[in-house]
Amino acid sequence: MMKLQKKLALCLAFVLLALTGLTGCHGARGLEPFRMPGEFDADRTYEITFWAKNDTNRTQVDIYHKAIADFEELYPNIKVNLRLYTDYGRIYNDVITNIATNTTPNVCITYPDHVATYLTGVNTVVPLDDLFTDSRYGLGGSELKFDGPAQSEIVGKFLEECSFDGHYYAIPYMRSTEACYINKTYVEKLGYEVPDVLTWDFIWEVAEAAMEKDASGKFKVNGKEVLIPIVYKSTDNMMISMLKQKGAEYSDAAGKIGIFNDTTEEILYTVAEHAGTGAFSTFKISSYPANMLNAGECIFAIDSTAGATWMGSDAPLIDIAEETLVKFETAVRTIPQYDTEQPLMISQGPSICVFNKADDQEVLASWLFAQFLLTNDVQIAYAGTEGYVPVTTKAQESAEYQDYLARAGEDGEHHYIVKMQATELLLNNIENTFVTPVFNGSASLRDAAGQLIENVTKSVRRGETVDDSYMEKLYKNVISLYRLNLDGASQESDAVGRKDLGPLPATSKALLLTLAGVWFLMGIYVLRGVLKKKSLEKKQ
Amino acid sequence: MKKLLVALLVLLMAFAITGCASEDPNAKSEGVMTYAEYVAADLDAEVVVEGYVQATQSWWDNKITVYLQDGEGAYFLYEMACSEEDAAKLVKGTKICVTGYKGEWAGEVEIMDATFTFVEGAGKWTAKPVDLTDVLHKSNLITYQNQFASFKDMTIEAIEYKNGEPGDDIYVTVSKNGKSYDFCVERYLTDPETDVYKKVGELKKGDVVDIEGFLYWYEGVNTHITSVK
Repeated sequence: MMKLQKKLALCLAFVLLALTGLTGCHGARGLEPFRMPGEFDADRTYEITFWAKNDTNRTQVDIYHKAIADFEELYPNIKVNLRLYTDYGRIYNDVITNIATNTTPNVCITYPDHVATYLTGVNTVVPLDDLFTDSRYGLGGSELKFDGPAQSEIVGKFLEECSFDGHYYAIPYMRSTEACYINKTYVEKLGYEVPDVLTWDFIWEVAEAAMEKDASGKFKVNGKEVLIPIVYKSTDNMMISMLKQKGAEYSDAAGKIGIFNDTTEEILYTVAEHAGTGAFSTFKISSYPANMLNAGECIFAIDSTAGATWMGSDAPLIDIAEETLVKFETAVRTIPQYDTEQPLMISQGPSICVFNKADDQEVLASWLFAQFLLTNDVQIAYAGTEGYVPVTTKAQESAEYQDYLARAGEDGEHHYIVKMQATELLLNNIENTFVTPVFNGSASLRDAAGQLIENVTKSVRRGETVDDSYMEKLYKNVISLYRLNLDGASQESDAVGRKDLGPLPATSKALLLTLAGVWFLMGIYVLRGVLKKKSLEKKQ
Repeated sequence: MKKLLVALLVLLMAFAITGCASEDPNAKSEGVMTYAEYVAADLDAEVVVEGYVQATQSWWDNKITVYLQDGEGAYFLYEMACSEEDAAKLVKGTKICVTGYKGEWAGEVEIMDATFTFVEGAGKWTAKPVDLTDVLHKSNLITYQNQFASFKDMTIEAIEYKNGEPGDDIYVTVSKNGKSYDFCVERYLTDPETDVYKKVGELKKGDVVDIEGFLYWYEGVNTHITSVK
């Protein structure tokens, strides 16, 4: 009898093991943490993928290709496959999808907010602290085959933007901020002068003045039927910057959300007021600020300095028909301020993260490539494609870059004056830039910040009443839509890796039941054999 | 037995054909706007329309962009709220009822912030391309906005990948009677694996082709190409 129980117990154990094993598959298992190899194995070959973002700018694509070719020449055993995107959001979504299947790229252009979400996977992103300081393969390391920057040569403020949770999870690649591109001709036609530092009051006032129409219903200032004096490209930045300038809460580093406050409401009422008159709109609702500026249908176009090559009558990149292009003088200023003595503007731009892999040597190869993107050749070339600023002092202070800056306005392409002014704007204001705290959920909060402005603008245009009860409902909807947890924790821990995958799919359940059934029948069979044997033994 | 089967099959086909033929693409449920009423509606007004799905862009983040048409005109449903499950049912010819807001983005009149329901019991209907070759240069071209259209004997002036290489949109400059127009292969409608994407990528300046696509607008006509011959 004891023997029988043992066999039954064994059968049951097998069934349980099989079930446990199968259910264990339903969910992501993390990678082992990256361990720095003693030496880079140059005898092996590596194939790594690099997901990059460009600003619909062919020159940027060419620079990526050149950087890869130059790198592969130095490291013939490392092949880099480039995948291009024109949208950070798409990269973010694709990475999240690929984390679950361990098919992330090796190196990826990203935002720190996004990395915070990637980090909810187990050992998904490589902490770079040890890689930075490795004397051989780290920043400025002795074994590098290129002249990369030392850690001290990366602009400290930019590097700190990539540090959160006590580690560096990215390196900055390029930095930009936002600028206000102004149709100076129209501002002066309206009887105003463009000040050195714009204020919000100034642009609202000029915008409202511009709404005057003639008897035929056309706007007096441009003689057209269409005019939206202020168009903001990134409304999340708009809300974030306004809150920062007013010293109001947004969030803290622990992820406690403070955006739903009275100052936000005050800002939204101002937005509603000017959206109501038609003086304000957004990229998502109307069009690209650059296109509207160049068509004479916008006076204050607020967009990234990395969009400067599209701004102005003589812009090297134009996206509207020639016959709709209007001639005007362009002025470039920082975004409008509440306090002109203490201007504040966002620091943004691509960073680079390295994804973890089972093979530490492959990660090291990825790190070598990531670092290569900080070399002067890549930094200076890429920064010159738009109003970007190199992230290393090594590049910024180089003779080549200084010569580039000195030639502002010399031609309408590489030294296009509006782009150069946008670049100078950031170089002169690096200390006035800020970033928002990075935490798991900060990407959603950023989206929510923009959504508040988008919703209010749309609602006013649609004739809805924007009042206290509207605001209350808006806050509730946005909190729900972005699944914001005001106390700090976030839904985004469920976004990748360890996410709760919900109930098992029906097919999996069927498979498990079938397996359990098979094991059960096997058990019966064994049991029957044992009983038969016992019965025979008794008879004998 | 075989004869009986054949007879049944013929009967079935006849029913199927009459089923298609009897579908009135202009039939609307109660409370739904006609196309003319939609056109007359102000920008930012709430609109309720019905039409037949002609194509969709790839579903993403619980949103889908749809090319919708009825017997009188067409609608562009930008990032309509849609589950992945429902997206799979939005096949060509399916009739849906859409509620959203009329908007205009860079010249493209579209329905924003839309939700939809399937019209129960409706048959399928597919638009035949309207030949707009001779309308391209005329000011009334915009009245055909978003419709499935064809253009004959168009000369290729330039083919340019958005990123300089296959993967993203392809910008196609075509000309007719001395005037040039910007068309586009929109990767979220026809991705790099589709025949049209590959075929357009192989076109050279001077090639003369017939084009079909949806009369999209981006700062002027910007047809989303679905086929070239």
